[in-house]
Order: sequence, then structure tokens, then C-alpha cells
Amino acid sequence: MAAKRAERLVNLVIALLGTRQYVTAARIRATVPGYEQDDGSERADEAFKRMFERDKAELREMGVPLETGRTSAFDTEDGYRIARAEYELPEITLTGEEAAAVGLALRLWESAQLAGAAHSALVKLKAAGIDVDTSRAIPLQPRLDAGEPAFEACYAAARDRRLLEFDYRRPDEDTPARRHVQPWGVVAWHGRWYLVGLDLDRQAPRVFRLSRVVGAPAVKGAPGAFEPPADVDLASVVAGQVTGEEQLVVVRARPGTAVGLRRHAIPLGGADDGSGTVEDRLELRTTEPQALADQLAAYGPDVVVESPREIRDAVITRLTRLAAMDGAA
Amino acid sequence: MTASGTADRMTRLLALVPYLTARPQGVPLAEAARDFGVPERQLRRDLDLLWMCGLPGYGPGDLIDLAFEGDRVRVTFTAGMVRPLRLTTDEAVALIVALRTLLELPGLAEGEAVSRALAKVSAAAGHAAEVTPVALSVDAREQALAVVREALERRRALHLHYYVPTRDERTERTVDPMRLLFVDGHWYLEAWCRRAEGVRLFRLDRVDDVVVLDEPAAPPPQATERDIDNGVYQPEPDAPVVRLRLARPARWVADYYPVEQATPVEDPPGGLAVVLRTAELAWARRLVASLGGAAVVDEPPELAAQVAVDARAALARYGGDEQHRGR
Repeated sequence: MAAKRAERLVNLVIALLGTRQYVTAARIRATVPGYEQDDGSERADEAFKRMFERDKAELREMGVPLETGRTSAFDTEDGYRIARAEYELPEITLTGEEAAAVGLALRLWESAQLAGAAHSALVKLKAAGIDVDTSRAIPLQPRLDAGEPAFEACYAAARDRRLLEFDYRRPDEDTPARRHVQPWGVVAWHGRWYLVGLDLDRQAPRVFRLSRVVGAPAVKGAPGAFEPPADVDLASVVAGQVTGEEQLVVVRARPGTAVGLRRHAIPLGGADDGSGTVEDRLELRTTEPQALADQLAAYGPDVVVESPREIRDAVITRLTRLAAMDGAA
Repeated sequence: MTASGTADRMTRLLALVPYLTARPQGVPLAEAARDFGVPERQLRRDLDLLWMCGLPGYGPGDLIDLAFEGDRVRVTFTAGMVRPLRLTTDEAVALIVALRTLLELPGLAEGEAVSRALAKVSAAAGHAAEVTPVALSVDAREQALAVVREALERRRALHLHYYVPTRDERTERTVDPMRLLFVDGHWYLEAWCRRAEGVRLFRLDRVDDVVVLDEPAAPPPQATERDIDNGVYQPEPDAPVVRLRLARPARWVADYYPVEQATPVEDPPGGLAVVLRTAELAWARRLVASLGGAAVVDEPPELAAQVAVDARAALARYGGDEQHRGR
């Protein structure tokens, strides 16, 4: 940013913080350096107006609480001021350990969506006198999936409670469908981003994977258009929709095979496979039976599903498709 | 959101005087630059600019005044800028969501301290803390996390069993820990592996029976951190080529593994043709089989043949009537 503009903005903040009276635009123009001065011409008036509007917008964007009003009933036009109590970060003191926790926590955003906000939050805490020592932190490098183009719009709409419209393509559908949603929030779950909200067409809470949003989501209507349910736990909504109930699965594995499967299995003892070879019976638990069926089919003849029927059938269906892959079946 | 240069500089300019006010004994310029995350010459430019700012009147007694003593700077007149600006909603969200996430990760920070920090930050954020439209869910069940963290903190070597999915085998190793990574929902330990004599990434949910050894961690000088900007899987440029056509349910493969080309195709509908390189044909076989028919193998032909032969052998074990039912 041009140094001149930065200087003008800092002076404007100082001037409006330093007064309890509302200061008119004309007075600001006359006192704060850097504004197009009044030379009686319409051009100069226009230039000042544009500049001042842009400055006000910039300050509000940064979160500066710019108030408009009149000091007395005799004032003929509105003026501006910044209420100090609204502007200033309240008193906050953190112990060394608490400050270290903040430093470590903010590293979660490193090169992720809210990296900029995390950085400026840290700057403000330091300016409040808190020494956040990041050198003491253990070598930790978090990385969230940053390449999610729909994040920005979904996040902003949820923050401002505005309605959201987007095209959404489910993996089992060929063409995307338009969805209308009250966005409650975005959730990173197992490395992927999801949007949680009320699907207005279905009148029910729904979870959307951001990577399946086609094109840019449209933010619609005024802020504060809805209120998410009190105490909604976004992460558990996603976990609840993505995972189902836990199922018990029993399989037989040839000795020495299916090492990965055995890591999460309970051994149930041996069983003869009918040809004299003793196999290991294993009990598995899953909340995602389809994903487990994928994994079991990949073990080929080393693993056979005993129960339940649905998973046994799901594996057989996969194997049947795979058996035809070389065109020999 | 991602702060533009403008917003970034304004945040810094409004925070600098309060920052110095809170440190009346003065701060070395280099330290202040580090605290604000900018080069020292940028910080000097910021201070020069602030020196020109002050209260209306803008006389000598109205302007912000700074004193430079050696390499230290302190503020002698604040022009009324004594506290930083309140947190914006985005800043409050970044702080609160990160602290909540940390609270779910036992072993990374002292839980009590995180709770207290969370309470204090929420109170200071005020209205801005009322909305938290983001949640991060990190896998906190990793038993290995606390052990690995301890080894990193005490700079000790680790002994562990590691499950290698590409070969479906369990290995035993002694490693010198370097750092902990959290990438796309998984925790990884980056360490020098004494067995492989190289830097390796160990996904923590594949680590079993990990113990901290009494000997110090001593990664050799050639152990350098990997660049993970393009993901944790390193492409193998000289390895044999595997060409797959992925139907829609299998398209995630292109996001997850390094693929050299990804071209949309009509057969299967909405499909994606990809080129992968791997020296582990057994891994490719398991990958294709785990996709349950949602991937078509174009190359090498023996890969498709192996998958089909395995599948027929498996079907034989289920018995003829089962095969029929499966269809």
C-alpha cells in the first residue's frame, strides 16, 4: 500500500480515537493530512469524497468500530468518531505455558485457509504485551488441505450467516444439482473439508464435501438470515453422516498373510480350510462396510469372509467384476 | 481471510505503538521484526512512517515519538495508541478453532494450559468469539503421538514396528526423529531410518509398539527435511509406468497419489485416465483390486491379468453357488 495512504489512515484513526465529539467530514478534510484540500472546485470535492469513502470502508473492513452520529441537536450533519472501549482489545494476560499453547495452536493454520487471520491475531496478542515464544514448540508442521476453492465462500457465508447456493455433484450422479443451503460451518475431517448446513430443498441437515462443489458457490441475501441450532457440534455432524453404525465382521486368513488386516483384528483361533491347512479366524470391526469390502477384496484368495452375509456378498460382487478384467472370464 | 498486503501493513502499523508501549524498556529491532514476521528493513520503514503520525495539530508535541538507543527502539509518546485493535471475527475464529483442536490432541500441549488460554482468548475476543463457523477434526486416537512427541522433546531415538502398506508387511526399525507433520488429516513422523539409511515418513496410524530409547537422536548431516508442499508421496520418475482409467468412484486416486497425467475420458463415463509410476507392482495390484472394478488397467497388461487371476482364485474359495449369488 502506498505509504501516503497508510499514513493518512493511521492519522485518521488517531484523530478519531482522540475525540469524544463526532467530527464532520469537512473537519477531517481540514485537519487530517493527506486529503484533497478544499479549493472551491467540484473536482476537489469529488476527489475527497471518493478518498474518504474508500478509507472508511478500509477501516471498517479491518474491524475498526467507526461510529457516525451528532454530538448535539444543533449539528447540521453527521460526524465520525471511534469509541475507545469498542476499539481496544480488552486486557489479556497469559502465562508462559498458555502463550506457548497459543503459539503451537496457531501453527495449525500454517499455509492453510486462515493463515492470514492467525498471523494478525498473533500480532495483536504480542501488541497486548504477550510474549508468544514459538521457538520452544516441538518441531511440528501441520498442513491442512489448502487447495479447496469453495472454502472461502462457504466459510464467509457461514460466518456472516448468509444463504448459499451451489452446484453439487455426488459421485453416483452424472450431472450436478443445484443446492440451497443455510451454511452452519465448514469442517476439516480426516483431511477433507465439508460444509454442514440445512439443505433448504430437503428441509434437513446435510453434509457436503467441498471438493464436490462444482464452480463457485453464490452467497445470497442479507447477513444474519438464519440462526444455526444452538450447541450444534459441526465435527460430530460430519462424523455421524460419514460413518455408520459399527459392524462385526469375521474373516479367515491364510497363515502369514493379510498383515495389515491383522493389526486391527481380534484373533479367534484356527480353522481348517477343508484341505488340511489351518487358517486364522479374525474378528474385525468397521463403521464403513463398503471400504472394508474394498480392502478385503484386494487380499484376493488370502482372505475369505465368513460373516455377515452383506459383506460376504459385497466382496464377491467386487471379485466377480475383477475376475473379468483380463477378458478371460 | 488471507490478509492482503494492505490489511497486513495496517494491522502492523496500528499494533506497533501498543507493542512498544507494552515493553517500556525497549526492544531490539531484530526481535521486533521477528515478532511481526517482517524483514528488519520493512520494520524500519513502518517506524519511519509512524514517526510522521500523531494527533491533530501535528506539532512536535503531537507526533508519535520513538527513541532509538543502539539497536533498541522504545516509544516515548504514543499519541493515544496504547492498546491493539480488537480481534476480528476471522482472527478470533483462527485462535479459538486452533486452541479447541489442540485441546483434542493429548500429548501435544499441557491440557490445563490450553483450556485456560482458550477461556482467556474467548473473553478478550468478546462478540467476535460468538461465531465459530469452522471445526477441525484431527485424529486424537493415535497412541503413538504422545511417545513420538516425548522423543522429539527429549531428542531421543525411537524403536518401532512399522506397517508398510505397499508390501503389506510389518517391519522393525530404529529411527532418529526429526519432526512431526500433520498433513491432510494424518500425523507423520519424519525421521532418519537407520535400517534404510535415509529420511522416511512414518504415518503414525501404521506405527506399532513404539518405545523411546535411552540413546540420543542423531540424524546424520545428510538427513534433510522433505518438501511436502506437493503431498507426502514422492513420485518415482524412473519406475515402470502404470496406466489406469478411473471411473468416477475411483477418481480420488488422482488426488491422493502423484500422477503424471490426468486426462478426462468418456469411457468409463466421467472417467479420468492417469499415469502412475511405481516399482512395487504388488502395490499396484492391491490398489487396482481395492477399487473393485472401478479402475481399468491399460498398462501393463500383466497387471490386469494378475488381478483377474487372483480374483478367480478367491471366487473359487467362496464356492460355485456363491459366485452365482454374487452376480
